[in-house]
Amino acid sequence: MAEVVLKNLSKSFGENVGVDDISMTIPDGAFVVLLGPTGAGKTTTLRLISGLEKGDSGEIWIGGRNVASETPAQRDVAMVFQQYSLYPHLSVRDNLAFPLKSPILRTPPAEIERKVAEVADVLQITHKLDNKATALSGGEMQRVSIGRALVREPSIYLMDEPLSSLDAKLRTDLRVELKRIQANLGATLLYVTHDQIEAMTMATHVGVLNEGKLVQFGSPREIYENPNSLYVAGRLGLPRINILPADVFGNVPSGTHQIAMRPEHIAQGDGLEADIQRVEHLGDHNRLHLNLRGHAITTIADPATDYRPGTQIKISPRSPLCFDVDGNRIR
Amino acid sequence: MSSFSVTEPSNRAKWFAGTLVIVYALVTMVPLAWIMLTGFKSPSDAISYPPKVLFEPTLEGYVNLFTTRTRQTPEFLDANPPQTWYEEIVREYDMVIAGPSKFGERFLNSVIIGFGSTFLSIFLGTLSAYAFSRFKIPFADDLLFFILSTRMMPPIAVAIPIFLMYRQLGLSDTHLGMILLYTGVNISLAVWLLKGFIDEIPLEYEEAALIDGYTRFQAFYKVVLPQAATGIASTAIFCLIFAWNEYAFAVLLTSGTAQTAPPFIPTIIGVGGLDWPAVAAGATIFLLPVMIFTILLRKHLLRGITFGAVRK
Ligand SMILES: Nc1ncnc2c1ncn2[C@@H]1O[C@H](COP(=O)(O)OP(=O)(O)OP(=O)(O)O)[C@@H](O)[C@H]1O
Ligand SMILES: [Mg+2]
Repeated sequence: MAEVVLKNLSKSFGENVGVDDISMTIPDGAFVVLLGPTGAGKTTTLRLISGLEKGDSGEIWIGGRNVASETPAQRDVAMVFQQYSLYPHLSVRDNLAFPLKSPILRTPPAEIERKVAEVADVLQITHKLDNKATALSGGEMQRVSIGRALVREPSIYLMDEPLSSLDAKLRTDLRVELKRIQANLGATLLYVTHDQIEAMTMATHVGVLNEGKLVQFGSPREIYENPNSLYVAGRLGLPRINILPADVFGNVPSGTHQIAMRPEHIAQGDGLEADIQRVEHLGDHNRLHLNLRGHAITTIADPATDYRPGTQIKISPRSPLCFDVDGNRIR
Repeated sequence: MSSFSVTEPSNRAKWFAGTLVIVYALVTMVPLAWIMLTGFKSPSDAISYPPKVLFEPTLEGYVNLFTTRTRQTPEFLDANPPQTWYEEIVREYDMVIAGPSKFGERFLNSVIIGFGSTFLSIFLGTLSAYAFSRFKIPFADDLLFFILSTRMMPPIAVAIPIFLMYRQLGLSDTHLGMILLYTGVNISLAVWLLKGFIDEIPLEYEEAALIDGYTRFQAFYKVVLPQAATGIASTAIFCLIFAWNEYAFAVLLTSGTAQTAPPFIPTIIGVGGLDWPAVAAGATIFLLPVMIFTILLRKHLLRGITFGAVRK
C-alpha cells in the first residue's frame, strides 16, 4: 500500500501517442478509476507503472521511490491484464499460488494454501480450483486473473477492466468486494473501466483520459457535476448528457457555443415546447425521449407521471453547463 | 441422421481417413516387419527363394550379433559340452563362442552420440530461438537466414574439409567430435522449428510472470519452457532421428572408439558372406531406441497446451 506519483509521463509508439505528459498523484489507499475511450492510453498508463513499458520521459514514484531503474518484480505491483492471461499449463490453484511462490515473496506452503482458499472463496471459484486454467469459461478466467492479484498485498493494484466479462450479479458482488479490500485493508488501486456505475460507486478519484492526455482528475462527484470540458461531460452519465447549441434557450454567458444538461437537470412544465417521441418505464423513474426543434433530448420524469408519445411537454434547463467553441467550460 | 459438428468429422470423412492411414501404414510397415522376421530366421531360411513367410524361429541371428565365434576341433568340442543355450546354437556349426562382438560398444556409441547431440541441439536451439523470438537483436533476420543457409547444401558436401579439420584437431573418431558435428547440422533445424513454437506463445504470460515477482530467466523457465514442451519434443525427435541414422559421416570419421551402429551393422560377417539374420537382428535392436523415445514423447506431440487462456 503506497502512494504512486506520475510526473510528466510520456510514451509514444513510433507515430502513435500512448500517453502524453501525464501527471497524477494516486494517494495511499485511494481507489482511482481511469476513464477514456478506446485508444486513450489507459492500458499504456498501467503498463508504464508496472514497468512492462519504459516511458520516453517523466518519472514514476511508488511509495517514495523513483522506480525508473526497477524491474516489474521489484516495483511490487499486482496487475490484472485486460487480456487475462492465465498460465495455461497450470491448474487454477497453481495459477493463484504462482505470485506467492515467487522468489520475492517466498510464502510458506501453509500460508499459500490459506490465501488461495480465501481468495477463491471471495471470487466464488473454489469448486474450480483443480481445473486446468484452460478449462474455464471467460468469466471464470477473469476471476482467476483477479485472484492472482488479490493473493498479494502489493504497493498498488493495477486493474484493466477486470469485471468486463462477468454477469450482473457477480459484477455487483465483486464491486463490493474490491471496495471492501480498498476500504478495510487500505489497498491502493488504479482501475480502468468503461462502466459508469463502477466509476461512480467505487472510485475515490476519477481520471479522464483523452488521446493520451489526462484532461481532468477529481472526485467522481466533481467530474460528474463539474466537468471542465464538453469531452469530460460526455464521459460520465447515462443516459448521456444532452448537448444543444447555445441559442436554443438563450440566456447564457457570452462566448458560449454549446450548453449541456444532464437528463435530471431539465425542469418540466415551463419553457419551450418539445415533442414526446418515446417513453420508457424503468420502474423507479420514466425516461422521456424528446425532440426540441430537431434536437434529440433525453430526460427523466417521476414514475407517477403519465406522459404519452405524440403529446407535448414544456421544458427548461436547470443551471446548464456552458462551453466555448473549443469545448472548454465557461464558468 | 447425425447432426453437424465443428469438431467432429463426418462418418464418411473418418472412414476415408482411416482407410488411407491403414494403407499407408501397411506400405511402410511391411519392410520393417520383414527385417524383424529375418532376425529370427536361420541363414538358409533368410536367403531362400521364394522367400519363406512361415519358418522355424531361432535366436541364431541374435547370438551371432552379440558374439564372435571360432571353429574348433571335434576333440575339443567333445571334451567341452555346451554350458548355455546360446553355446548350443553355435555348436550346430562346430563352433565355440570366443567372446562378445563389438555390437554392444557400437550401440552404446550410437546412444551417447545420438542423445548427446540431440540434447545439445535442443539446449542451444531453445535458448537462441527464445532470444530471436523475444529480444531486439541487430540483424536478426540476416542471422536467422545465415543459420538456415547451413542447411542449403547436403552436409556431406563438406565432408573433405571436415575430415581434414577433424584430423588436425584430433576430433576424428571421438565421441565429442561426432556430437559436435551432428549438433552443427541439427542446430539450424532446431532454432527455426523452436522459434516458430516460441513465437506462438503469447508474450502476456511472461509479462504476467514478471509482475508476479519473477525474473526474466525464471519466467522463461517456469512459463515459456512448459508451454514449449510440445515443440521441444517434436524438434528433439527430428534431431535424434537424423543423428541416429546418419551413415556417411559416421563411415568417414569413425572406425573404432566412436564408431556408431550404422556403419558397423553391415560389416557383420557370417559363414560365407553377410550374416543376414544377424544384420536384421542388429537393425531391429537399432530401431528400438528411436521408437521408444517417440512413444515416450507422444503425449507432448499430441497436446496443444498453449491454446485458450488468452483473450484475443
Ligand atoms: N505496443 C504498441 N505498439 C504501438 N502502438 C501502441 C502499442 N500499445 C499501445 N499503442 C497505442 O497507444 C495508444 C493507447 O493505447 P492503450 O492500449 O493504452 O489504449 P486503451 O486506453 O487501453 O484502450 P482500450 O480501452 O481499447 O483498451 C493507442 O493509440 C495504441 O494504438
Ligand atoms: Mg486497454
